[in-house]
Amino acid sequence: MQSRISHIASNTFREAVRDRVLYNLIAFALLLSGAAILVGQISIEIEKLVVINLGLTAVSLFGVVIAIFIGIGLVSKEIEKRTLYTVLSRPVRRWEFIIGKFFGLAGTLVVNAFFMAIGVFIALFYVSHKFVRADGLILIALYFIILEFLIVCALSLLFSSFSSPLLSAVFAFSLFVVGSFAEDLRNFAGMAHGITRWLATGAAYLVPNFSAFNVISSIAHEQPVAGQLILQNTLYALFYAAMALSGAILIFERRDLK
Amino acid sequence: MPAIEILGLEKTYSIGFWRNRPKRALFPLQLTVEDGEIFGFLGPNGAGKTTTLKLLMGLVYPTAGTARILGQDWTEPEVKAQIGFLPEQPYFYDYLTAHELLNYYGQLSGVPARERNRRVEQVLHQVGLPDVKGLQLRKFSKGMLQRVGIAQAILHDPKVVFFDEPMSGLDPMGRREVRDLMEQLKHQGKTVFFSTHILSDAETLCDHVAIIHKGELRGVGAVEDLTSSVQGKVEVVWQGTQIPAGIKALGAECHVSGERVRAIIDEKQQDAAIDALRRERQKLISIIPVRTTLETYFVEKLRRAETTAGKTV
Repeated sequence: MQSRISHIASNTFREAVRDRVLYNLIAFALLLSGAAILVGQISIEIEKLVVINLGLTAVSLFGVVIAIFIGIGLVSKEIEKRTLYTVLSRPVRRWEFIIGKFFGLAGTLVVNAFFMAIGVFIALFYVSHKFVRADGLILIALYFIILEFLIVCALSLLFSSFSSPLLSAVFAFSLFVVGSFAEDLRNFAGMAHGITRWLATGAAYLVPNFSAFNVISSIAHEQPVAGQLILQNTLYALFYAAMALSGAILIFERRDLK
Repeated sequence: MPAIEILGLEKTYSIGFWRNRPKRALFPLQLTVEDGEIFGFLGPNGAGKTTTLKLLMGLVYPTAGTARILGQDWTEPEVKAQIGFLPEQPYFYDYLTAHELLNYYGQLSGVPARERNRRVEQVLHQVGLPDVKGLQLRKFSKGMLQRVGIAQAILHDPKVVFFDEPMSGLDPMGRREVRDLMEQLKHQGKTVFFSTHILSDAETLCDHVAIIHKGELRGVGAVEDLTSSVQGKVEVVWQGTQIPAGIKALGAECHVSGERVRAIIDEKQQDAAIDALRRERQKLISIIPVRTTLETYFVEKLRRAETTAGKTV
């Protein structure tokens, strides 16, 4: 079982790595990190702040785009192109397929994040000529970005298990945008009354709270991140991804592959 | 023990915007395929052949019924390790090479790592694709993909192989090679279940065939039995271009082609025809009973089905 999941994951990783579009996105993200250097140079005294802000935002944003772009096709394209037929006619359970796909995509994103992070560190070194202890905080921001990717991967897979790639992309991206403003939604729920309050509160807790993962700005200002937040975010991301994956499995297990 | 037992498998899809209109794709199907035989599953396009195969592969779920493969429940992963499947017009991961794809499938089917490379080379050679190393599948022609499809179906040395339209997309040479491969599989003691609408392939290869039309089984039997029903007529062939009066008198339908004449007559008139030819000093070449071809049987079955459906309506 474990080996089948790992084989599916490594095949997903290999396919994603060979997709040229992926390289375009990574190149674009690195370009943006490079642009951060330029912007940094014209932002006297705050070069470092700009590089960290722009660089990490690029890592996060492009990672999410890649996660959605690849994730939405993971199941639906396999059904559409019938590549799934020759996989599921083997001793592979449907849930193993979903989990394998998830790990494959998550692995791809971690590797991407790693290379993009190298770009950010190079840009940072270019503007400040040295690394200081506080720069280590960037790793926490990267860790949170990766947690964010796990949720987006699981959500993309969930949507991909029952809708077309286009619709899945719309759903996943909308949820990412709404989730990025989850804190605002919670604040709004707090101020609303009646049924609006109920609806807003429900929506605020149902959508993934991506705003909790965004520590880029405070890290750019060299503010430390509380250990409790790291633990809380880790548990939240794992729980949310597990829920989304369970949903994907439940749907996919019942689905006829016409 | 039969290799495949289909016990009342049926499938009804819900269609329409609200999914409230039932559409029956397969009526309860009873079918037994013996171990080590080549079984042809025949039917026109849209007859329910692919639905049946998808049900057996666990790709769609049956509305009712069950099946047993090699004596076990067909949904068990242990069973799936012993079956191979070629879908209709297969499509694979674009960015992989044939070797990588087959290695991946070998991993999923549990082929031991030490044997995998040897098996991959062996099956690629077997399907006529020995020199495709390094070439990604997106650069493969339709016929080459079909061959890769066959390779992946037999890679793990399965006991039962299911082919959905295996000749599709292949040129005459390719079709011949696939036919040879299927016979080879039979000689190795494997059971081959294949769907096709090309009747000549089925007639050449199959031990038994089943005919399905509009989701309903219309006939099953040994190819020999289905095609050996003599129609009570014989075909008389003689050399020449003349049709003797004695033959004309029998009311035979005659066809002259080149230096030969063919006449179809009632079996009972055989002696009279021979006498007529002898009288006219014509050289008799052959007298052969006219047998039903699988195509005739198939067309007849479908025509009957249409008539019954018409009457019912």
